[in-house]
Amino acid sequence: MTDEPLLRVSALSKFYGSRVGCENVTFDLWPGEVLAVVGESGSGKTTLLNCLSTRLLPSSGTASYRMRDGQWRELYRMSEAERRFLMRTDWGFVHQNPADGLRMTVSAGANVGERLMAVGDRHYGKIRATAVDWLSRVEIDEDRIDDEPRAFSGGMRQRLQIARNLVTGPRLVFMDEPTGGLDVSVQARLLDLLRGLVTDLGLAAIVVTHDLAVARLLSQRMMVMKDGRVVESGLTDRVLDDPRAPYTQLLVSSILQV
Amino acid sequence: MTDIATYNFAYLDEQTKRMIRRAILKGIAIPGYQVPFASREMPMPYGWGTGGVQVTASIIGPDDVLKVIDQGADDTTNAVSIRAFFKKVANVAVTTETATATIIQTRHRIPEHPLNAGQVLVFQVPIPEPLRFLEPRETETRKMHALEEYGLMHVKLYEDIARHGRIATTYAYPVKVEGRYVMDPSPTPKFDNPKMHRSPALQLFGAGREKRIYAVPPLTDVVSLDFEDHPFEVQTFDQPCALCGAENVYLDEVILDDHGGHMFVCSDTDHCEKRREDGHHGHLAAETNLASGKTEPAE
Repeated sequence: MTDEPLLRVSALSKFYGSRVGCENVTFDLWPGEVLAVVGESGSGKTTLLNCLSTRLLPSSGTASYRMRDGQWRELYRMSEAERRFLMRTDWGFVHQNPADGLRMTVSAGANVGERLMAVGDRHYGKIRATAVDWLSRVEIDEDRIDDEPRAFSGGMRQRLQIARNLVTGPRLVFMDEPTGGLDVSVQARLLDLLRGLVTDLGLAAIVVTHDLAVARLLSQRMMVMKDGRVVESGLTDRVLDDPRAPYTQLLVSSILQV
Repeated sequence: MTDIATYNFAYLDEQTKRMIRRAILKGIAIPGYQVPFASREMPMPYGWGTGGVQVTASIIGPDDVLKVIDQGADDTTNAVSIRAFFKKVANVAVTTETATATIIQTRHRIPEHPLNAGQVLVFQVPIPEPLRFLEPRETETRKMHALEEYGLMHVKLYEDIARHGRIATTYAYPVKVEGRYVMDPSPTPKFDNPKMHRSPALQLFGAGREKRIYAVPPLTDVVSLDFEDHPFEVQTFDQPCALCGAENVYLDEVILDDHGGHMFVCSDTDHCEKRREDGHHGHLAAETNLASGKTEPAE
């Protein structure tokens, strides 16, 4: 691991007219680090994630990313072609709803292979072998490779979406509620898988979630957002065990105990 | 013929032809790029060649000789009607001979007879966007063309191989033009794709309903997309044409009776007739005298 961060975000704000999406967010993300962004719905988590992944352009503020060659690039000054190239090679984006991140009408194998073909891979046999390998890594049987994701369960779709994103060996993955809408046992397996993949591949990730348990399991560091502002940030264990901001205390104490 | 004196030459008014010519020129300047144009209502339904007819009407002059084919044939309804249309509204000479035509409007075939410099091939295109069935958003496909993001096109070919063991796309087979734009060659059989590559003739494509014109200038590279381990190949036929005995041409299957009888004949009727006049015979050729390849002069 290097001493230099991977992503530097400074005073990032996004306004929808006079309404605040997120305001004055500043943080650094290091390689291999998982950062959780938590908060209730409407707190600006997803707006922040969309700004960081350049799916939205912020109203003000900057974000710089250290490219594979070590060069720092200002994300919002890059051309659209460069941003989209980054998006499908060095980055991944896992949507809450797998249908948003998958092509539902093409087979699982093609879903995984699309990014490889997009960066110029033109050997069918190799693409297919890579797809088989990735499906097994996300615990999807090889004989499902030619099935469409429509025939998959929610948990399988989400795992397929993860495989599709990780196939080009990205260094930074954005996840928007990756376990949302899944039942708890499926959630647990998915979290286990994600944790393994993130550690094995040394991925940096920014995970948006309203589920504190997900944050606790996946992330080393977390930011708590309310009304578009970051109210508290720090090591995940510290924030959850010793919350300082009144809102964080409320959030932590609202967890249902079973 | 006084009853059509109210029509402008070649049906369209001069302003419209000007607009379409500008789109054609832009298309020629950017090979394979789909140029939007203000498609007009034509006296025929969409899907019958409104795009091709508008392109032809814009480039045709009194000295041109027009040939119109539909799936390779000069004698089907669509081909006969469009030929008659231009004979009437432009008073031009029409022909069925590939070699003597200056403009050939075609639906889904490229003639077997090699084209020459100076000839113009006008394609009728139903859906100009090769990415359409993979990405339904026009805004997105335009962006993909602009940024040269063509990975998705290979996803389609991948799907073919995964399902059928080979690239099963047989028509509208995507091509890359001059190393830049991915283009739909209109629903011509992929058999004709190699003919587009560095063709000495100008190739124009008109999509009336979708309001797009695109072009392949003469001697332009047109390369069919494929995989390294599944290279592009054209259809082959086990038997020669049943009427003229031609090999290495595109054949149509013709059903002869309701007992499974069928034969394969040239889809290019002009080519087939020319060969029979030259004394070639297939195994089902009847001993009849063929009068073909007429050029009707303008009246």
